[in-house]
Amino acid sequence: MENRVVVTGLGVCAPNGTGIPEFTSSLKQGKSGIRFHTELEKLKFGCQIAGKPNINDVNLNNYFTNVQLKGLNASGMFYGVIAGKDAWENAGLSPLGSESPDWDSGVIFGTGILGVDKFREAIYQVDEGNVRRLGSTSVVQTMASGISAYLGGMLGCGNQVTTNSSACTTGTEAILMGYERIKSKKATRMLVGSCSDSGPYVWGGFDAMRILPRSFNDNPTKASRPLSETASGFVPGSGAGALVLESLESAKRRGAPIYGEIVGGAINSGGQRGGGTMTAPNNDAVIRCIQAAIKDASVNADEIDAVNGHLTATTKDPMEIQNWCNALGRSGTDFPYINSFKGMFGHCLAAAGSIECVGALLQFRENQVFGNVNCEDVHPEISKIIDTSKIPQTTIDFAPRIIAKASFGFGDVNACVIFKAFSQD
Amino acid sequence: MQERYQKLKEIVQIYLPDDVSADDIQLESNFTQELNINSANLVDIVLDVEDTFDIMLENEDMDGMLTVADALKIIDTKIADK
Repeated sequence: MENRVVVTGLGVCAPNGTGIPEFTSSLKQGKSGIRFHTELEKLKFGCQIAGKPNINDVNLNNYFTNVQLKGLNASGMFYGVIAGKDAWENAGLSPLGSESPDWDSGVIFGTGILGVDKFREAIYQVDEGNVRRLGSTSVVQTMASGISAYLGGMLGCGNQVTTNSSACTTGTEAILMGYERIKSKKATRMLVGSCSDSGPYVWGGFDAMRILPRSFNDNPTKASRPLSETASGFVPGSGAGALVLESLESAKRRGAPIYGEIVGGAINSGGQRGGGTMTAPNNDAVIRCIQAAIKDASVNADEIDAVNGHLTATTKDPMEIQNWCNALGRSGTDFPYINSFKGMFGHCLAAAGSIECVGALLQFRENQVFGNVNCEDVHPEISKIIDTSKIPQTTIDFAPRIIAKASFGFGDVNACVIFKAFSQD
Repeated sequence: MQERYQKLKEIVQIYLPDDVSADDIQLESNFTQELNINSANLVDIVLDVEDTFDIMLENEDMDGMLTVADALKIIDTKIADK
């Protein structure tokens, strides 16, 4: 008998809200977290706007010891630890004492690249012949697994503690990896999620690729336009999302809150074949991934009543909608409600999947489908295949039962997870 | 001398684990054995000492720095040599 896996804790550090209450309220109201950044202007970026969580009001001493805070210069670490520890607490759990770890709890917390600013500091020191001045935390702040290592140590987790990395699929992949681990009874509880650093050294490469919008520097909240005819690129973001996954048995025993159940999912790659490249998806792989997730979840495509897309606001959005139509075998008014939260906080890269899964799950609790922003001009290629009534422009009262969420990433990689509103049977 | 000791204490107390109090820092305290400071943080204490007293410690200085008194002695020597 496999374990059923439920979500018992959520935490988030997103550009439009740090902490679940603020984030929920922003999603309901369509509040944007995208702002102009003087730093990017000074550095002559084409795109000078970005989504960056505001953690100025967060008391970091609630999350880190003074020793940990000393010289900490890894933005993703701040976001990830805030989201991760919040999720743990939200699940009604507390960090363990010093004696022995919880052998049944683990961490899978992904990232794309960690501690970029710390690494920059280190590069200057090394190049100046000052390697001895690096201090003791250059390694742990810049190793990719630094985030899972910090969280695992803070909470006292004795099961698998690791970091996955699959570009913009990372967060959703981490959730599925944790889900598999609990389902197969290798763990009882997994803190899963992902984080992404902010700043010019992370975003610069995308600016150089000319895939970021350049004409919205004086109008930042309108820049990220998923599903829109006037979409002109994704707005770079950053942050972290975290979920506590747990066996249903353990959740019930503890009387933990249940945000929803994970009933299945799939991960695949298009192999950079059949139209897929390093940066563009193989459509057949996307369709297969969604269909495999539905099959794994033992649900019918017709039962899915809400989709949270990857939908980054590039010219690829119409193709993604076509892929969903093909995968679900549904179109027009028969298509489920679909939204993209990226209109509000941009594309949080490695953190995108986890932040968006947190948002998708909150829709169960709120009995709502959160509205899209900046797609009042739905792309004609999209409105041709799905009815625009399925693209809510504001938050609607509709209690979704089954939500499909997908993320796609550079390297032609895909992940799709199926969430179900929790019921005992 | 007392001033240097005070400054050193201020540096060291940042690296104390939660269950060790700043009052536990004595001249004869061993950094890792008695104050339970993570050995990796000794590296950071050395850097802070360098910055605070404007001196530079060699690898062999660090090797001999087991207690608070050891550290003070090294600091005194380095300042005298300046």
